[in-house]
Amino acid sequence: MSGSELDAETGAAVQARGLTKRFGEFTAVDGVDFDIQAGEAFGFLGPNGAGKTSTMRMIACLSPISGGSLQVLGLDPMRDGPRIRSRIGLVPQEDTLDLELTVRDNLYLYGRYFGLPKKQLRERVDQLLEFARLTERADERVDPLSGGMRRRLTIARALVSSPDLVILDEPTTGLDPQARHLLWDRLYRLKREGVTLVITTHYMDEAEQLCDRLVVMDAGRIAAAGSPRELIEQWSTREVVELRFEPEGHQAHGDRLADLAERVEVLPDRLLLYTDEGDATLDAVRSRGKSPIAALVRRSTLEDVFLHLTGRSLVE
Amino acid sequence: MSFTTSLRGAGANPSRRARMPPALRAYQYNLLAYKRTWRGSLTTTFLYPVLYLAAIGVGLGHLIDHGSNQAVGGVPYLWFLAPGLLAGTAMQIGANESTYPVMAGIKWLKTYFAMLATPLEVTDVLYGHLLWILTRVALASGVFLAVMTAFHTVPSLWAVAAFPAAVLTGAAFAAPVMAFSATRETDQSFVVLYRFGIVPLFLFSGTFFPIVQLPGWLQVVARCTPLYQGVSLCRGLVLGHPGGWDALGHSGYLLVMLLGGILAARATYRGRLVQ
Ligand SMILES: Nc1ncnc2c1ncn2[C@@H]1O[C@H](COP(=O)(O)OP(=O)(O)OP(=O)(O)O)[C@@H](O)[C@H]1O
Ligand SMILES: [Mg+2]
Repeated sequence: MSGSELDAETGAAVQARGLTKRFGEFTAVDGVDFDIQAGEAFGFLGPNGAGKTSTMRMIACLSPISGGSLQVLGLDPMRDGPRIRSRIGLVPQEDTLDLELTVRDNLYLYGRYFGLPKKQLRERVDQLLEFARLTERADERVDPLSGGMRRRLTIARALVSSPDLVILDEPTTGLDPQARHLLWDRLYRLKREGVTLVITTHYMDEAEQLCDRLVVMDAGRIAAAGSPRELIEQWSTREVVELRFEPEGHQAHGDRLADLAERVEVLPDRLLLYTDEGDATLDAVRSRGKSPIAALVRRSTLEDVFLHLTGRSLVE
Repeated sequence: MSFTTSLRGAGANPSRRARMPPALRAYQYNLLAYKRTWRGSLTTTFLYPVLYLAAIGVGLGHLIDHGSNQAVGGVPYLWFLAPGLLAGTAMQIGANESTYPVMAGIKWLKTYFAMLATPLEVTDVLYGHLLWILTRVALASGVFLAVMTAFHTVPSLWAVAAFPAAVLTGAAFAAPVMAFSATRETDQSFVVLYRFGIVPLFLFSGTFFPIVQLPGWLQVVARCTPLYQGVSLCRGLVLGHPGGWDALGHSGYLLVMLLGGILAARATYRGRLVQ
């Protein structure tokens, strides 16, 4: 990506200030600020309805902004939509594949929309088929493919134009673990070559693995921002003690043990004690009698940050 | 090495020189999709004209011509009917292709949204699809004219001009119906459109019998309908009396409908696809 086309002052691939999206009376994105640096992998986390997809669609120049300002690749989405989109690859949350056409035709036609020359495009399509591990199904219709295969095809399709900025809205939802790891590997490689990645996901391990920086959105606002490590340091303790009691008793046990930890989360199926010394805390729990059915000490993860910030568990 | 390097190498600088206009890229989608699925539309395009002309034209015409053919202008009934059916078929294909396929682009296959994530814009998507619908109308009209020639119902060379006239008729319906379809949530409205719009038009616009057969006030209504313009235009041309001012009036009517439809479709497409 040539630096000259980025925002001159900040070197940002995407810059949002007070970015707002309204649907009628409803405000889906409520004045968010963020900078996505060229070449980084940037994540958006948040519960259902937080405004992630709405934000992605504005960045992809598919949805006009309702307020604030937005720059993408140094250009204005309202004025330069086609030019920006020619350099973006989009993996939408919902597939937009043509089920009646073959796998190959879907890739080929998409490349034609970008105006890619036919010969070059045919080679590219073969590479992308390999990438998505769909070479064997290349000449079958999309319709009978499994959900995961379709997802892989959508991802491959987003890369057909060799974009500088790739926007992935829940790319791995529906993928099996092997396909997920394969995709992570491909995304690392793209990043190494300077491609900017914008990702939304509901998988915390994915966010920790892939994202240099991320924001947690809730109800249209940004609740926290930083690298995964920074977020964990800022919003959680070093360790977490997970306890499981009889299901009805979790709230009562939570109240009883509240003084043993910095913070207690009561979930339907377990109790989380946030503490810097997990083993010591667990010993203290045991010394109070009434041992839990199961207990586990682990390090804090993004999931804990998420839980703290949004009050919701990701795995619902 | 590998995938990403070669991939980026190949497209790092996607040629910015003049490429195919964006609307034609959208058109290309339909062309390729049709290449894969054309067999399904063979009956409507090729078989129906033959069946219609054979059953109604030849069969019924035989009966009518045994009576008096003064009502149909002193020509064999088949000659009268064929150009009417030509215009009616153009209308049907124009309308057909502007309902369910538009819904597919928006809801069922979401092809419109796939296009909009690329450099294509809403107007490119619209014009590309409209151009494709005109291609379908042109194909069907061409076939129909060929079948008419085979049935010896084309007495005049003016009939060549009936081809663009039929395409114009199809286009005049396609654009406003596209505009309408883009506002629909389900395909149920299409059934209503057919039942109360397309089918009555097909039957009462002078396609099968001269509208002077209708009661007085209905004649006035029929004369104002869009299909009547197409039928009169095509019939005049095929039978070799194009009829100067009348033909201009009919063409003007259809052209205004086409342009108005395009303007409306631009608005409804934008409203639906850009949110
Ligand atoms: N076209 C629209 N019209 C009206 N409301 C909309 C529209 N698109 C989104 N919304 C609303 O905006 C809010 C944010 O939606 P959005 O799709 O951005 O959430 P999200 O964070 O992507 O959620 P998820 O994790 O479920 O994908 C939701 O309340 C949604 O109902
Ligand atoms: Mg979403």
